[in-house]
Amino acid sequence: MTTDTADSAEAIEAVGIAPAADPGFLQRYGATVEYVLIPGAALVGALATFGVFVTLYGKNPLDLYFYMYQGAFGTWFSWQNTLTRAAPLILTALCTALPAQLGMVIIGGEGALLIGALTATSAALAMQWAPPLVVQIAMVIAGVIGGGLWITLSGALRQYRGVNETISSLLLVYIALAILNHLVEGVMRDPASLNKPSTREIGAANMIGTIPGTDVHWGLVFGLVAAIASYILIYHTTFGFAARMAGGNIRAAKIVGLSVGKLIMTICFLAGACAGLAGMIEVAAVQGRTNANLAAGYGFTGILVAFLSRQNPLAVIPVAILLGGISASGGLLQRRLGLPDASVLVLQGIIFVFVLASDALYGRIGFLKGKS
Amino acid sequence: MDFSRISRRHLLQGGAALALGGTVGARTAQAAETTIGFIYVGSRDDYGYNQAHAQGAAALKKLSGIKVIEEEKVPETDAVEKTMESMINLDGSTLLFPTSFGYFNPHVVKVATKYPRIRFEHCGGLWTDKDPKNAGSYFGYIDEAQFISGIVAGYSTKSGKLGFVAAKPIPQVLRNINAFTLGAKLANPKAMTQVIFTGDWSMPVKEAEATNSLIDQGVDVLTCHVDGPKTMVENAAHRGAFVCGYHVNQSPLAPKAYLTGAEWNWEALYPKFVKMVTSGESIPNFYRGGLKEEIVKCSPYGGAVSAEARKHADDMKAKLVAGEYTIFKGPILDNKGKTVIASGVERGQKDPELEKMDYLIEGVLGATS
Amino acid sequence: MADASIGLWTVPLAVLGGAIRVSTPFLFVSLGECITERSGRINLGLEGTLVMGAMSAYGISYLTGSPWLGVLAAGVTGSLLGALHAGICSLPRVNDIAVGIALMLFGIGLAFFLGKPLIEPTAPRLPAIDFGWWSDIPQVRAALRINVLFLIGVAIAPILYWAFKTTRWGLLIRTAGESSDAARAMGHSVLLIRLRATMVGGFLAGIGGSFLSLFYPGSWNEGLSSGQGITAVALVIFARWDPLLCLWASLAFGGAAALGPALQSVGVTSGYHLFNAAPYILTLAIMIITCSPKRTLTGAPAELSITR
Repeated sequence: MTTDTADSAEAIEAVGIAPAADPGFLQRYGATVEYVLIPGAALVGALATFGVFVTLYGKNPLDLYFYMYQGAFGTWFSWQNTLTRAAPLILTALCTALPAQLGMVIIGGEGALLIGALTATSAALAMQWAPPLVVQIAMVIAGVIGGGLWITLSGALRQYRGVNETISSLLLVYIALAILNHLVEGVMRDPASLNKPSTREIGAANMIGTIPGTDVHWGLVFGLVAAIASYILIYHTTFGFAARMAGGNIRAAKIVGLSVGKLIMTICFLAGACAGLAGMIEVAAVQGRTNANLAAGYGFTGILVAFLSRQNPLAVIPVAILLGGISASGGLLQRRLGLPDASVLVLQGIIFVFVLASDALYGRIGFLKGKS
Repeated sequence: MDFSRISRRHLLQGGAALALGGTVGARTAQAAETTIGFIYVGSRDDYGYNQAHAQGAAALKKLSGIKVIEEEKVPETDAVEKTMESMINLDGSTLLFPTSFGYFNPHVVKVATKYPRIRFEHCGGLWTDKDPKNAGSYFGYIDEAQFISGIVAGYSTKSGKLGFVAAKPIPQVLRNINAFTLGAKLANPKAMTQVIFTGDWSMPVKEAEATNSLIDQGVDVLTCHVDGPKTMVENAAHRGAFVCGYHVNQSPLAPKAYLTGAEWNWEALYPKFVKMVTSGESIPNFYRGGLKEEIVKCSPYGGAVSAEARKHADDMKAKLVAGEYTIFKGPILDNKGKTVIASGVERGQKDPELEKMDYLIEGVLGATS
Repeated sequence: MADASIGLWTVPLAVLGGAIRVSTPFLFVSLGECITERSGRINLGLEGTLVMGAMSAYGISYLTGSPWLGVLAAGVTGSLLGALHAGICSLPRVNDIAVGIALMLFGIGLAFFLGKPLIEPTAPRLPAIDFGWWSDIPQVRAALRINVLFLIGVAIAPILYWAFKTTRWGLLIRTAGESSDAARAMGHSVLLIRLRATMVGGFLAGIGGSFLSLFYPGSWNEGLSSGQGITAVALVIFARWDPLLCLWASLAFGGAAALGPALQSVGVTSGYHLFNAAPYILTLAIMIITCSPKRTLTGAPAELSITR
């Protein structure tokens, strides 16, 4: 049932080892071409299906595609809108994509994001005397540790108690939300936040601001760096090799002498750290404090991004931008076409289904297989 | 990819049209037509908070020279900043109504600073001198209408126990609970209000459970302060209790059980705002009012409301409109026995102390934490 | 006043009433998921099925005036979503957990999309049977106003228990769940068995949704399910794939949901956010206590991806 392992094995092949003798182009790069072509075709299929759906709803699908393009990538403003929305998604997607290397399905990125936001805010509030750069670094560290430990909890429960990590990470989302609400309306509440219970503000000086020349906050850069670093870690280090091997076959990994427990804990920590960082960025770049607004569903969309990228940390970047674009164009679909806000959800669902179903196509497209 | 070819061709046609209508045309069109953007945090047909605003927007659609664009379910994150900017940049809006409380700080403030020539009217009454001059914030003293509901409820209860399903113990909600209870005590000095907090603005199962728990405790008239009162209204009516509505008129949901309700009157206020803008006047940055200013109103009485109750409620309404009555008038004790408003002190509608309310008055069963 | 207050007794009574009122969606979803998981597949998408069922039940009840047709429509919608899940999962190398998450998203999105015009109208509700006629106390009567769906759910649990143990169908499902090779050796198509099991599971989950919109809380809106579908999936693991334990666990979860408001109504007011999270904390705690890294869970279907 766990098919990702087979896929990642194939991906390794695609990236690293080319077939030996007489490599024709398709033979050599067939798997790589597949890796782009199949999700691309799935995306086109999903968009076409959504077009049919919208046609049945009485709207012109060409208008739909046009406004989607316009809202997501049509103008510089739209691009910035898209990139801003993509920033948290890259990080929360890593929270699912990293454990997937070990064959684990973690869907609790939202919880780690909330806890990361709480710990980062606490750090900033405790260090108001310090210069902004120090506060910001402390926030990063606190967010990373808070989020990291939260997902490590799921990893530890799996390793030492045999509790399924998918279910436990999901339950921990609800628990994290309750903790956040409890603290924000209780001990951490700013008495001045009368009708919108919130923590005190971290202070304008401590905000991380936007990338010069744009409206996009630095969270995007954090995301890009984290994604690239994760890619290098997974595909170009012995640690990553060990993780993928354990993901492929736990028993074999144990025989070779890998410490699976240590792998699980480390990967889960890194995964949670990414989501925690996303929470820290939401506080330090957008909200300026912690309140219930942080539970905006970035963690859940991140799961979608991770699966659509087939758990490849590098592919997370374009997929997050794609989904950021879809969400950026959602407003235009409402205003110009009169489609309900849920259209974005429907489209995401259709894309997800198509991309998953397309998993069956790998290695089956005749002309890509060459003669073998 | 096939699709990109289609959309590219379409883009050439549509792009030209959009360039006319969207960017170049917007400037020329603005002289003839003002585009107003409405942003809602939830569904605009929720029988509650968002529907009240959407009714206000609908009133604007009837005016000539006005184009209304709407976007719903916009979360209180940077998504709302982008929605506002998108309405400005892509639709040419010059007046925006971000209608959720949590939009103001930091989102409206940030975008208003960036677009000084665009007018922002935020619902929540949060504007202070530090905030940009092109951003205003308005709100209504809906506790006045809750007070009237309380009077009607006080006459209608047989057990003397009233119920209040509330989201969170924040000042606005507490003020509504207290005003409702003060109204009820006017009608029936022994009346008590029992309150249950669900913890969030939209939790239908919790709201239904709270409604049932209250009725199990003997409560026979209920009201609420949550985003969508539909659940409370329907379930209470189902169990034979009376209800007072909130946000909009819910009487179609339970015609026999519906007594009255505290409603927003945005359909009266928004056209006033637009008239101010089109006549070149400026809207006050901080705009608040109650029944008198027609920002809030009471639902028409249901059939179950007695003549005596109607008369008393109408009298008090007239006094409130004339400014002859103060709801929060000392001495008022909280439900732990502490004096919160001293004897002889009158806290009028606009008294800032009321904005910080953190207590439940004597006669309310429940606690703020 | 005799009929007014029964004091602290309201807490156990509210928990009982809540257990009956709130548990039904949990019960249907968990029984449905129990069948699916026993066949060796997990459908995490039942949250989407639940919401889709709630929407379609409300819509059909509103359009036809018959709530029972609504229930049927919810079931059919649910089994269609189940068939979609099973269909995609039967493709080679497709991960069932991921498909479940995808269908959760799709189901919720579609329900919100199609359900927009249904938020305002009021649809006919399912009737309740008055089991409290013997009592003079209105609170007892209210708690015992029970919907037929609850009774059906309660009846399905032991029937399912019995069917898994003794019937040929039960055996087939269990075989598919324990070892697909064995099922194949017996000459059965594992994919077909799982397709049917997932469709039946979806049918039940859809009916669970119809309870939400047609009985309690009893109207359609977008916040209707606060994660009941996904909680019910967790509940199956917690109940060890045993339909009878699913019943008890659902009742416990329903009671837990009623506990917070009931305690507030008698004056216990602090920490309601934590009370709201009680079912989740409870599930996690019990999973921690009962799981073990050394052995797979007792009762766990060996083919199930999440237990391996």
